[in-house]
Amino acid sequence: MHQRTSIEEQIDLPFIESLKISFQSLKIRFGRSIITTAGITLGIAFLVSVWTNNEIDLALQESGRSSAITNLDETSDQGISTKDIWLIIMSLIVCVVGIANSMLMAVTERFREIGTMKCLGALDGFVVRLFLLESGFQGFAGALIGALIGTLGAVLLGLKNYGMDLFFYFPLFPASPENGSFQVGVLLLILIGCILGMILAIVGSSFPAWRAAKLPPAEAMRTEV
Amino acid sequence: MPDIVVKTEDVVKEYRMGSNVLRALDGINIEIQRGEYISLMGPSGSGKSTLFNMIGALDRPTEGQVYIDGQNMSNLSQRQIAAFRCHRVGYIFQSYNLLNVRTAHGNVTLPMIFAGIPDKDRNKKAEELLDKVGLGDRMYHLPDELSGGQRQRVAIARALANDPSIILADEPTANLDTVTGREIIDLIKQLNTEDGVTVISATHDLKMLDVSDRIVDIRDGMVERIRNRDEIEIEVGDVGGE
Repeated sequence: MHQRTSIEEQIDLPFIESLKISFQSLKIRFGRSIITTAGITLGIAFLVSVWTNNEIDLALQESGRSSAITNLDETSDQGISTKDIWLIIMSLIVCVVGIANSMLMAVTERFREIGTMKCLGALDGFVVRLFLLESGFQGFAGALIGALIGTLGAVLLGLKNYGMDLFFYFPLFPASPENGSFQVGVLLLILIGCILGMILAIVGSSFPAWRAAKLPPAEAMRTEV
Repeated sequence: MPDIVVKTEDVVKEYRMGSNVLRALDGINIEIQRGEYISLMGPSGSGKSTLFNMIGALDRPTEGQVYIDGQNMSNLSQRQIAAFRCHRVGYIFQSYNLLNVRTAHGNVTLPMIFAGIPDKDRNKKAEELLDKVGLGDRMYHLPDELSGGQRQRVAIARALANDPSIILADEPTANLDTVTGREIIDLIKQLNTEDGVTVISATHDLKMLDVSDRIVDIRDGMVERIRNRDEIEIEVGDVGGE
């Protein structure tokens, strides 16, 4: 049929093609995408709720209104306690490990697909970009929902502890009171949650996707999960 | 002087499994001519699939060289290898390897997307190819909604998307019943005779030998013998009782 002698170089695909393919992929395996996204949502919701709860406690303590519950806590009379820091760090670890795990699994079960795409002429970079787009979108959507759920949870707990006072002293913006510890503010916390979720999702999926894309297709297709 | 499309020189492939080294290919030298229908035969574990992967640039040999159209595959850049897989070769696998998230039509257009063919042209070409393999009425079905034979037809249409000069078929009939297998073989043979596509297939399906020009017997990672089709026909008659 074709008697070409020299072998040409593979072209780069326009960004819009990658975008179309990645969205189609998310849409068709909607159920699976939702589960992966839910992993991100839960991780971020946990982190944001613990952190926001802490911010609320701090803000209301600054204002001199302590709840019955925090009064019982000896270390909480001023500033952020060791226990609170520990709790935030723990929730951060749970969130990082949870998201990395769900992204890793989601990519590993698609090694065969990666191998097949390479057989059809996909460049390594294209495969990685596809996963970057998919996971970036999942990460952002999951983290945003998670951050909102987390905030809502913390607000409900705050309402229970402080009643309507919560809304007068609600720590929406960053604040740095003279005698107290620095407060990040809930708005910034939501943003941190979204960015963290997105970064974790992208790193968690791009790394295995990059590794799979580097493999010769025969090896990628042999991988059984 | 025959037109050699594929040539292997002392190809060795070793797999490391812990401290053991498995020598899957142990110095393979074969030449395949343009337009030939060649079958790689051998029991499972003989190395025929490994050789298939080497010829199709799906894996790298540990030692030795593979030349395709006179090009040494180990000298190609990553971009050239991707272009080679995209334009020169069509792959057909035992387990079809369709992308389950794309319809039959979507699977066939994918290699054309990679080749940079415009939307309209590739849609039309995919429809033509699916028509050609007899799936004109199931174009927009997902692979899960198709039978094994239909999936393999989609895989054949996909393999033909960028008009390859070589079709590599790794046990294309192994997962199919006899009748469906026969249909798939006829389809591949038709491409070989009508379009002049070189067909290289790894198989232990006796029906496939019947349509081959030459049969390469692989055993323990080495070429045991190479037989012409006329030497084979007698044996197929014996085994198949036809």
